[in-house]
Amino acid sequence: MVSMELTGTSKEILSAREKGIVACTRCTKAWPMGTQVCGRCGHKLDSRDLLSLQRVWAYWVLGVLCYIPANIYPMLKTKTLFQYDESTIIGGAVELAHHGNFGIAAIILFASVVIPLGKFWAVALLAISVRHTSNLSNKRRLIMFEVVEYIGRWSMIDIFVVAILSSLVQLRTLATINPGAAAIFFALSVIFTMLSAQAFDPRLIWDKREGRGPEKT
Amino acid sequence: MPSRTVSSIYEGMRDFPPDRLASGLDHLIICPRCDAAYQLERPKNGERAVCQRCHKTLIAPRRNAGLRIIAVAVAVLVLIMGAAVLPFLTIDAAGNKNAVSILDAALAFSGGPMIFLALVTAALIIFIPMLRVILTIYVLVPVVLDRPPARHAIPAFRLSEALRPWSMAEIFAIGCAVALVKVADLAQVGFGPAFWMFGALVVLVVAQDSYMCKWSVWNSLEHPKKS
Repeated sequence: MVSMELTGTSKEILSAREKGIVACTRCTKAWPMGTQVCGRCGHKLDSRDLLSLQRVWAYWVLGVLCYIPANIYPMLKTKTLFQYDESTIIGGAVELAHHGNFGIAAIILFASVVIPLGKFWAVALLAISVRHTSNLSNKRRLIMFEVVEYIGRWSMIDIFVVAILSSLVQLRTLATINPGAAAIFFALSVIFTMLSAQAFDPRLIWDKREGRGPEKT
Repeated sequence: MPSRTVSSIYEGMRDFPPDRLASGLDHLIICPRCDAAYQLERPKNGERAVCQRCHKTLIAPRRNAGLRIIAVAVAVLVLIMGAAVLPFLTIDAAGNKNAVSILDAALAFSGGPMIFLALVTAALIIFIPMLRVILTIYVLVPVVLDRPPARHAIPAFRLSEALRPWSMAEIFAIGCAVALVKVADLAQVGFGPAFWMFGALVVLVVAQDSYMCKWSVWNSLEHPKKS
């Protein structure tokens, strides 16, 4: 019946760190503080990975840098019988909306503009909030982390659309679609932001509330 | 499927004296996301143990999960191989026809720096899902048969879990829908056999992930005879 018991006094959730335990983040096994490598799965053990914030920022900057050319250069080069079109991410979505495809335009805008920008904002906010006192509640920060972790991959949708279109629409003189330079930058931006979010150590979220800054192990 | 959180199951938490700590590390489970420490008690099949602080699912055993995952994994493997090479979409505009497979779509980015994108796309939609399925079968078959774990089972399962966010078959499926609408007024688009295989594949991959209880796998790799 009973599924899991807290190792603390009533109503208080204790972190493994406070009990002198270092936990494996991959297989959840507990080891005495100071153990270097998990004996079960071989994962490197760190009670708190403070270098993680540096990795978060490094990937974050790369992601933002790649996102800029991704919006300047054309994503799709469409050649039909009479005209040659180059459309950027936002331009393509606007064009779709003009043709009445509001749903698809919304999906594209959401996946390639709202999600990436929201992710940059959320990761930055999380990384800042664990270092400095912030008035964000733990619950809010947890929700932000969950959303970033879950939704980040979906930005890749635009790259797949470009891939499908440019392999499918190769109809010699009639119509051809080719990928533009923005595709490569956009893919890189998505990959870097995913790495940035993965580098964040969510355990830092709860530390700060307990009234002590994260310290090196 | 009943899914109860820890808090609803457990009434009255009890102190955890430090002297039991040293010997009791095996009976602890630590939430990997928020570092909360719990005494380990295994939920029954169909129940879930959820972290009270961050609501991450810690343990979620299912009856015959191993067997089911293997069955699904084999199906996924066959479908991936079929879906990769068979025609996926066909297009027809004023007599100009073109049929592409998923591999063609991935390799659409060719020439110059675009080759990087071709490799990434192919990896994300075909090779990483395929590798994950193969690793899963490799790790779980000995576990289900109550044999000692396969050689290098631990790094294999580690790799499979690390690749989880990079396996993007379901995202590619939505991408297809978007692409179809974009082309619809340009030309006539038809579905090849691979399209339906890929549709089934996406459902199976999601089902496989929901059956997988990481903790149970790690536990059985550590104590092969007991489970």
